Amino acid sequence: MNGQAWLLLLEGAWTTLWISGIAIAIGVVLGLGVALVRMARIPFVDQVLVLYVSLARATPLVTLVLFIFLTAPTLGMGLDRNTAAILALTLNTAAFNAEVWRAAFLSFSRDQREAALACGMTGPTFFRRIMLPQMFTSSLPGLVNEMSFIIKSSPAIAVIGIVDLTRVTNRITAVTYEPLPPILAAALFYMLIIGVLIRVQAIAERKANRLAM
Amino acid sequence: MSEWAIIWDARQAFLDGFLNTLLLFGLSISVAFATGCLFAFWLERRNPLTWLLRGFIDCMRMLPFLILAYLLYYGLPSLGLRLDAWTAGLIALIIYYAAYFGEVLRGARLVLPAGQVEAAKAYGFTGFRLYRRIVLPQLVIKTRPLMGNLLILALKDTAFLTIITVRELTAAANSVQATYFIPMEAFVVVIALYWLISICLELALKWAGRFGAKRGFEHV
Repeated sequence: MNGQAWLLLLEGAWTTLWISGIAIAIGVVLGLGVALVRMARIPFVDQVLVLYVSLARATPLVTLVLFIFLTAPTLGMGLDRNTAAILALTLNTAAFNAEVWRAAFLSFSRDQREAALACGMTGPTFFRRIMLPQMFTSSLPGLVNEMSFIIKSSPAIAVIGIVDLTRVTNRITAVTYEPLPPILAAALFYMLIIGVLIRVQAIAERKANRLAM
Repeated sequence: MSEWAIIWDARQAFLDGFLNTLLLFGLSISVAFATGCLFAFWLERRNPLTWLLRGFIDCMRMLPFLILAYLLYYGLPSLGLRLDAWTAGLIALIIYYAAYFGEVLRGARLVLPAGQVEAAKAYGFTGFRLYRRIVLPQLVIKTRPLMGNLLILALKDTAFLTIITVRELTAAANSVQATYFIPMEAFVVVIALYWLISICLELALKWAGRFGAKRGFEHV
């Protein structure tokens, strides 16, 4: 492998990172939204969200990416590859994040809510100032865990022709006719990315434990 | 509704893909579970091989499944070992999930109270028999929710094999939609089938949970 191949690999790593990064950023917020709406128990909407979470958890990412990319044009929406990939990753990760957030909701102590209301805080202020910061700390390990899962399943976007860190190995092999070195190098890049996330998760866990919730 | 009629006509393709996915999933998960149990037994010892195994498991935890499948399918031929796509996919699933099962069991082993093992030793259980009769059943019952997650992850990872040209369920949908240009219907059917499998898995786990509760494990 020469310098050119390494550059291609870096480019692939960057594609994987920015697409997953956007999906993670939207997915965390969307997951919080889904969890909030589910906690409100609005009749019909609640059932729809339960269905969504259950379906999204059971659908393989490869299938979802293909489904969105191929179906969008028949519905009259022209999606380019990157948008379709981001949409699929977001739909997938938001469902898992919603469960993480919901667990944090359900385990939140009632005493604090009663104390805050007794001190004269309104509901939204209580949520913003008291509940959200604690919930964020206690669900951060789960969220980071889900991030490393989404990076691990991000090669699914290669199926619609995006040249990500996995797909780029085929490109390099097409020139060098040596498949093993680029695949091993890509594996190294993945291990670097996910290794960092695992380390962050350990730190977040320590922090959450100190909160003692 | 003619699209659905086309889907019905192409049912053989879906059925073949569905059975292939089920076969890959069932076979790989069973072998991976057995291997994972052996890994967890092995990890109780302290020798250089244990460190090797730990390193291997940590590697697998940091790799995407598709990269492993690529290594076996595209990488191995340059070392002189050529596998067909189906075998490579199966072996990749087994290796990958054996590591994950081993890791889950190891985590549960660390928090298993020492008293039972000591009592079993006092009764003359040693080595593998102690592990198989006393330790392993408890680990498996206690890690039920994690095992359930792993099963669903493994089911979803079989879809990656479509990228290395295995003819499984997602590949079936893709070929049907490419032939008749009905992507929506084809993928709705396939997603429903994946959903069906995962609902069955969840029901099976719930049933296993009742078994665990009867043995008095669920509240600890």
